[in-house]
Amino acid sequence: MHFVVCVKQVPDSSEVRVDPETNTLIREGVPSIINPYDAHAVEEAVRLKEKYGGKVTVISMGPPQAEEVIRKSIQFGADEGILLSDRKFAGSDTLATSYVLTQGIKKLAEREPFDLIFCGKQAIDGDTAQVGPGIAARLKIPQLTYVLNIEEINVEEKTIKLHRKLEGMREVISAKLPALLTVVQDLNELRYAPLPNMIRAARYRPQVWTTENIEVEDDKIGLNGSPTAVRKIFAPPEREGGEIIPGGQENPEETARKLVERLLKEEIIADK
Amino acid sequence: MAVKVIKKNCIGCGLCVQTCPFEALQLVEGIVEVDPDKCTNCGDCVEVCPASALELNEPPEKMSDNEVKEVEKREKIVKKIKRELEDYRGVWVFLEQFRGEIAPVSFELLGEGRKLADNLQTKLCGVLLGSGVEKLAEQALWYGADKVYLMDDPVLKDYRTETYAAGLVRLSQKYKPEIILMGATTMGRDLSGAVATELETGLTADCTELSIDESSGYLFQTRPAFGGNIMATIVCRHHRPQMATVRPRVMAMPEKDTGRTGEVVKENLGITEENVLVKVVDVIKEKKAATYLDKAEIIVAGGKGVGNKENFKILKELADLLGGTIGASRAAVEAGWIGQEYQVGQTGVTVRPKVYFAFGISGAIQHLVGMQTSDVIVAVNTAPDAPIFKVATYGIVGDLLQVVPAMTKAFKEKMGV
Repeated sequence: MHFVVCVKQVPDSSEVRVDPETNTLIREGVPSIINPYDAHAVEEAVRLKEKYGGKVTVISMGPPQAEEVIRKSIQFGADEGILLSDRKFAGSDTLATSYVLTQGIKKLAEREPFDLIFCGKQAIDGDTAQVGPGIAARLKIPQLTYVLNIEEINVEEKTIKLHRKLEGMREVISAKLPALLTVVQDLNELRYAPLPNMIRAARYRPQVWTTENIEVEDDKIGLNGSPTAVRKIFAPPEREGGEIIPGGQENPEETARKLVERLLKEEIIADK
Repeated sequence: MAVKVIKKNCIGCGLCVQTCPFEALQLVEGIVEVDPDKCTNCGDCVEVCPASALELNEPPEKMSDNEVKEVEKREKIVKKIKRELEDYRGVWVFLEQFRGEIAPVSFELLGEGRKLADNLQTKLCGVLLGSGVEKLAEQALWYGADKVYLMDDPVLKDYRTETYAAGLVRLSQKYKPEIILMGATTMGRDLSGAVATELETGLTADCTELSIDESSGYLFQTRPAFGGNIMATIVCRHHRPQMATVRPRVMAMPEKDTGRTGEVVKENLGITEENVLVKVVDVIKEKKAATYLDKAEIIVAGGKGVGNKENFKILKELADLLGGTIGASRAAVEAGWIGQEYQVGQTGVTVRPKVYFAFGISGAIQHLVGMQTSDVIVAVNTAPDAPIFKVATYGIVGDLLQVVPAMTKAFKEKMGV
């Protein structure tokens, strides 16, 4: 079995802010991490490799420093990593990104055909959840999103049985391979990387593929290949703050009573 | 004759590159560069630049005949793209249904879509896919649609990306809508990504605001990014349809008018079951309270300040008394005090209850984006400068372990329970 996992380097989103004066992103000092959902995708692929045998290849599109997430994936137990990196990819939106990743996967498949592609359910910087479905649509393979549990893979018949997480329910699915899965965090627990993986990861240099190595059309990549454009960015509007009922520390009981009286009097909570 | 770049101001955002109708701009080493042979000094880029890094050159007194021809040629190309885009008319809402019941978010989107369609002076259409769902079509009309496109086929009984995407793509290619809206539910997010890729068009996820730009007629799609720390307005200029998803309860539910009628247009899917690669084996209901969290009218939520698992009982007591539901911040979930299905916020559920009680929740932006459209927010926190107080309708600075039991007691007395 050949498992391919798409990973993304993201800024730790809790640290990103807008400069209120210039309305531009403040990126300085924001640490980069592997997208948390992608980490679970790598973990799952490695677990399946342990169970069914095979190989795990991770693939990422990003600037040269994104090779850090590939090293992280090697720590988790991936065998190989490819970084799609070219200035011409810069500014790609989700449509262009899924195109570049698909072309990378196609090139990889010439060497070693894949059985399963994994993605995180979404990336925490954009939260779009679009690139996984985009790749599946382009490769014309089944797309199974929000995967919660993989019950079994039938290696001979090339089928998979799994559970998808829906609102308040789970869906049991069977599908033909190859397929693309996007995963939620509940799928597995990340394990501590064993020492040999850490050492291998530290020394690992991923292959870097540019527009020279993969077949891409210029008008489908980067800003030119991106139908969506950011028109403006701004700090989120703040909701108007209301009233602090004083005395919460000195006399909590009385203050609580005052609050309850207000809620009932203004019919915010109805006294039935 | 080309625009001037003020290099020290350029932040390399690329906005101008995308805006330029003549593809005269590109980013080189993160700084914009102008191709003077292509630039017409039209000023579009100057207008969008957020960093004042571009300015217009004074136009020369007279253009040479060749220059005039060149400008006219490029304008023709741009006009051709714009003409093609004009073939796309109408606002569509994908009507998400599960086992014969339309998801409320679809009605919310009909309400929002109605405003957009009126603004564009075009029709609002619902798109309904399923098996034995014809009778649901009238509901879309009641909530504001002028027309419903219906694909009713046994193959569409269960939602599967493969069949639903094929159906929607087929309808879209035939009828060319200008805008397609879907709920940002698991189904909507699964479907929209596949459909936008097939149609090679732009898609904006989780919009919190939609409007039509007066000058261009483009759909302005505003959404939070970077975990809600930033709002971004997205446009899709040269591709149609313009696609967007919106989370449930972000838009208001429109009034229902059972007197409204309209046209139902039936179309065939043209896919047989043998050719579908995915089968739904079973659907299992999860018996957990989270099913109701997003529908609750009163939510009693706890955060880090609750302190431990045991103390959540104090919140539960109040919730039970008021007929509400328990919720939690990410901090409380990560501490293991309560299950992830109770989490409110960017990575959890978005809620819009009548009353949201935030106890011991500091109000990180990731939490606020999931609850700040609540009608009334009541916050109790020990830190007077906690951000939650900035959004709270009523706040008490104090220890929730003292205040909450006192509130429960007061409610019981006043309500005579």
